[in-house]
Amino acid sequence: MVKVNGELLAIAGKTAEEYLSEANYDTARVAIECNGRIIPKAEYGKTVFLDGDSIEVVSFVGGG
Amino acid sequence: MAELLPTKEAYIQALNQRHGEELQSRFSSATVAVCGLGGLGSNIAVSLARAGIGKLILIDFDRVDLTNLHRQQYKVSQIGMYKTEAMLDHLREINHFLELKAHTVRITEQNAAELLKDADIICEAFDDAKCKAMLVDIVFGTMQKKYLVAASGMAGLGSANSIKTRKIAERFYLCGDEASDVADGIGLVSSRVLLCAAHQAHMVLRILAEKFET
Repeated sequence: MVKVNGELLAIAGKTAEEYLSEANYDTARVAIECNGRIIPKAEYGKTVFLDGDSIEVVSFVGGG
Repeated sequence: MAELLPTKEAYIQALNQRHGEELQSRFSSATVAVCGLGGLGSNIAVSLARAGIGKLILIDFDRVDLTNLHRQQYKVSQIGMYKTEAMLDHLREINHFLELKAHTVRITEQNAAELLKDADIICEAFDDAKCKAMLVDIVFGTMQKKYLVAASGMAGLGSANSIKTRKIAERFYLCGDEASDVADGIGLVSSRVLLCAAHQAHMVLRILAEKFET
């Protein structure tokens, strides 16, 4: 299981890109933290979530 | 007028009196970049200038517009000026010994490394959500030691108490309520944008003082 924003999900083996697409995130508006590290967007296609990973998807909203 | 301005020594002494020498020397030797000089960035820059941050790098491509005056640190007399130029004038009136570097450009993946190379801490103060995410990607994809203090969610008349600072990852802090989108409701009001800008400026000072959020 992979912990995503506090929730345990059965997405081990999926890439970051696959998960974002399936969960309907707009990739251009997010940052992903995986086990304390920010994953660069260029690595979304090759970063595979592993069992036990702790992920946070930060979804930015507009305004400033 | 010039002879009435305090000397640099007097200025430093006044800051030392307020912050203590040790803390002030941390502030004075820091370089902080403010990316975007709108509601967040103009207010962050003023806070950091008052705190005596040694060098500020100010980046914005836009000009002051009448519709900015309800929340940004500009005046009617500055309408039409580049925000970088207007902010330089304003900050020099607050602290004329600040080292200031202004860049009137749009930050891109191509120019970011050069623009931000001297910064110890980078404040993300854009209004566009995609630009915010892009800066996170640039900083953590290409820069090894810099801190990023970003913002998300400060629109509307929601409670002041819902604006928070949160540590997302090593060297990455996020301020705001993370939910209230400018596109959803009444837009931005000065007080709530100021709160978020204050969170960001305050986190910068806390990083320099090595008082970290957990």
